[in-house]
Amino acid sequence: MPDLLIELFSEEIPARMQSRARADLKRLITDGLVEGGLTYASAGTFSTPRRLVLAIEGLTAHSPTTREERKGPRVDAPEKALEGFLRSAGLTRDQLEKRDDKKGQVWFATIEKPGRPAAEIVAEVLESAIRNFPWPKSMRWGDGPLRWVRPLHSILCILTDETGASVVPLTVEGITAGDTARGHRFMSPEPFAVSGYEDYAAKLRRARVMLDQDEREAAIRQEADSLAFARGWEIVPDDGLMSEVAGLVEWPVPLMGVIEERFLDLPPEVLQTSMKEHQKFFSARNPKTGRIEGFVTVANIETADDGATILAGNQRVLAARLSDAAFFWENDLRDAKAGMEEWAEGLKSVTFHGQLGSQADRITRIAALARKIAPLVGADPDQAEQAAQLAKLDLRSAMVGEFPELQGIMGRYYAKAAGHADAVADAARDHYSPLGPSDAVPSAPVSVAVALADKIDMLTGFWAIDEKPTGSKDPFALRRAALGVIRLVLVNHLRFNLLNTIQQGTRLVQQQRFLAAVEDTGADYEKAAAVLGVSADTLKDSKNAIRRDLLSAEEEEVERQKLYEMMPAVEAAAQKLFAADADLLAFLHDRLKVHLRDQGIRHDIIDAVLAQPGNDDLVQVVNRATALNEMLKTEDGLNLTQGLKRAGNILAQAEGKDGVEYSFGADPKFAETGEERALFTALDTAEPAIRGAMEAEDFPAAMTAIAGLRAPIDAFFEAVQVNTDNQIVRRNRLNLLSRIREAGRQIADFTRIEG
Amino acid sequence: MTSPNRPRSFQEVILRLQNYWAGQGCAILQPYDMEVGAGTFHPATTLRALGSKPWAAAYVQPSRRPTDGRYGENPNRLQHYYQYQVIIKPSPASLQELYLGSLRAIGLDPMIHDVRFVEDDWESPTLGAWGLGWEVWCDGMEVSQFTYFQQVGGHDCRPVSGELTYGLERLAMYVLGVEHVMDMPFNDPDAAIPLSYGDVFRQTEQEYSRWNFDQADTDTLFRHFEDAEAECARILGADETDSAGRRIPMAHPAYDQCIKASHVFNLLDARGVISVTERQAYIGRVRALAKACADLFVTTDAAGAQA
Repeated sequence: MPDLLIELFSEEIPARMQSRARADLKRLITDGLVEGGLTYASAGTFSTPRRLVLAIEGLTAHSPTTREERKGPRVDAPEKALEGFLRSAGLTRDQLEKRDDKKGQVWFATIEKPGRPAAEIVAEVLESAIRNFPWPKSMRWGDGPLRWVRPLHSILCILTDETGASVVPLTVEGITAGDTARGHRFMSPEPFAVSGYEDYAAKLRRARVMLDQDEREAAIRQEADSLAFARGWEIVPDDGLMSEVAGLVEWPVPLMGVIEERFLDLPPEVLQTSMKEHQKFFSARNPKTGRIEGFVTVANIETADDGATILAGNQRVLAARLSDAAFFWENDLRDAKAGMEEWAEGLKSVTFHGQLGSQADRITRIAALARKIAPLVGADPDQAEQAAQLAKLDLRSAMVGEFPELQGIMGRYYAKAAGHADAVADAARDHYSPLGPSDAVPSAPVSVAVALADKIDMLTGFWAIDEKPTGSKDPFALRRAALGVIRLVLVNHLRFNLLNTIQQGTRLVQQQRFLAAVEDTGADYEKAAAVLGVSADTLKDSKNAIRRDLLSAEEEEVERQKLYEMMPAVEAAAQKLFAADADLLAFLHDRLKVHLRDQGIRHDIIDAVLAQPGNDDLVQVVNRATALNEMLKTEDGLNLTQGLKRAGNILAQAEGKDGVEYSFGADPKFAETGEERALFTALDTAEPAIRGAMEAEDFPAAMTAIAGLRAPIDAFFEAVQVNTDNQIVRRNRLNLLSRIREAGRQIADFTRIEG
Repeated sequence: MTSPNRPRSFQEVILRLQNYWAGQGCAILQPYDMEVGAGTFHPATTLRALGSKPWAAAYVQPSRRPTDGRYGENPNRLQHYYQYQVIIKPSPASLQELYLGSLRAIGLDPMIHDVRFVEDDWESPTLGAWGLGWEVWCDGMEVSQFTYFQQVGGHDCRPVSGELTYGLERLAMYVLGVEHVMDMPFNDPDAAIPLSYGDVFRQTEQEYSRWNFDQADTDTLFRHFEDAEAECARILGADETDSAGRRIPMAHPAYDQCIKASHVFNLLDARGVISVTERQAYIGRVRALAKACADLFVTTDAAGAQA
């Protein structure tokens, strides 16, 4: 059984693409070989910046011979039909066979396809893989038509068996496959022939190429750790950076450098980000001081001066970069200590969205909303409002201008420098969270209030202008914002009616629209009113009320209600949008379903709970769904659902037929059987138990109580015919069924449960 | 960096590059005589990357980026600087090796330095152009941009040109071991009249920084932009046949107006009078000009079009 070795040697492949490319190469080649009738024992892939490699062991030398039997025309069929059959089968008449069939004698052909040698199949499959490789971005070069990630220089493709290695004959656009490879670009550029994978890997190593990316990672990690250890430091782990760096070198040579004293007071995040983003350095931390004091850069070459020139060069570049960073930091601190007013002013000229105003406008809305949310999450309203006003100011700082990924982190430093409370400063850092499904969720009340306000403002704003996510298009990351709201609420067990808060957000969006219209027209009320489609007088009245609601912190909740009455036009506009808010709540419910599905709760169970009133209290929805989910895993639960559904169906039919709703007056005295009476008794016990448990939000207890009805309901349906001729008894039984339906409705809409 | 092969001045770095690329068969052109933001704008690159005719050129291009002005105080930033540009069509298979040869020529020996090709795709929204390639790192510093042009002015490049761009000041500072650009020897330090980069450019950096940021008259600039745009359209729309009946389409004169519009836009940007939303619109207007010029150029002799 031969082994196959393929190396596609090119100019430098972007590090971030190598991992996918390895998987794609393996998939394309092995799928193709298998489709061609070959089998193999194992396949391994490797990559360096300049090569993509696949090694397959135990490939079959030939594809198997296949036989296919084909039925032809009847022996007495016209000559034309037989000729056509022979043509299609590629046989002559003497190769056919007569066989008896139900309808008489029929011609049969046996077509034998001989197996093909592996080399032929490999050549086809490899050529097709090269021509159709799914690079995220590919290019042409020179005057050829071929596309590859960067110019492809050579193809190594050999099959090796006991008798030795042979090159697979293959030429793709002038590149002919061979058995030679090249080593490190500078340290060992001469070509050499190889006879198989082992030989290849060994010779590459001698030629200063470490083929296996995992080995390169391990080598970097080990050497970086030991360099750091020697100084009593530790390397800050960074897997993303590690895999990128390992994809940038063929022969990793880690070198350690020291950060100059004058930069050590920069925040560690700044040092780390600057070194990582600009230079792909690992950070080394001194555990004694907690500061980042050194770095490791990974060179791709061993030099006569042991990397001294390389390290000196890197150090120089770092110094230039960090001088910039230090300059930004000092300027920013000065602005921060002066109160950051310039930044707040600057955000007025940064457009958030054409229809939703500037970043400053958005901050005003978030601050007003954070204030309203604060009591719901146990935060101090003044702090929440202040934190929201500060949280995004760092977007105007020089440091965040240079490193956008430091937004919030810098905000926290600057808020502290400006003398604000920790809770307020922390909110600057934490209010963007959670950013993803596994990102940490803030728990400090002020941070939670601002984080919620931030996300709800995003959602209500874009819903108000009808810019909702569709299909795969979600340019404003609203799904992420929605999931953020959900996780903030659930993780912190926040109990409040979300719809209310959403409507507050919508109201703020409208209030601001009105103010903007007044400001944009230079306080020409006639003009502004025309833009908004309201009367000028209304607008004048509204304006002061809006100002007080939106911009001042003094009003109590009661006062706010009065304020809304003072701005009827705004309220009318907001009310119109409350329909959109219902849609937004449904969107949040959809995201909640996705979120809970990942936690093993079926969508129909969530639907059954969401059909109940109070579905904008997400904590309660989840508690109910969880309890219901648990109950439905039990046999009682499953059967109970059937019973409830059956009761519901019978009732619905009868109610449809009779044109009345059966909902009251079942009387045990009309019960004819023991099973009927037993159901009365069971309901008498279960009903108050369910009601009590639901009121106490003890959902598991409610589930236990209703599950207790399973046996009596089953027995009832077993023994009793509901639709009997005696109308009194029938009505009584229907009214009894309605008690079952009611019991179910206390908990969920069981009609939505599937199965 | 103490190699005996080390150049001694800024101009020596340039001269060695000129000699090296001349030796590789490139036509050594002179800078284009208009204000541009980068060497790519030189018609020897932008237009000659189009069409089927082979081409090989190298040149220094003074480049202006008004927003980068720092009154000559920043050690690395200048509003006027030099790029060295090499363009070869079709890109030869040995282009990387040729490039490494140019580093050796200026005293950067890849056996003691760490030279790396790090992914960096190039895109010029104003030229409607893009390509794939790398930024070349030497000891962690970006010393060149290396690009295989895929599209220019909205046209697929066939064949593909290989483009190399060296930021000359930064590269020379590294080779010469200078910390502040203004301290860099411009001519030989032992010359009778030794001149530093600062002797040559400090004052102009100050003057232009002031003019770019504070003084350039924006009304005039807006008008220049409109004029250039209109003139470009007019040239492109003119009859391709002249009064004597010869077909002489005027792709280059039209492209000059496109360059002008682009530079005026950069100046307006530095003056801070273009908002974020308007920015995209202006870039789109320049791109439309570049595309129209490219459309015309590909019909001409220089692009290898058959009459």
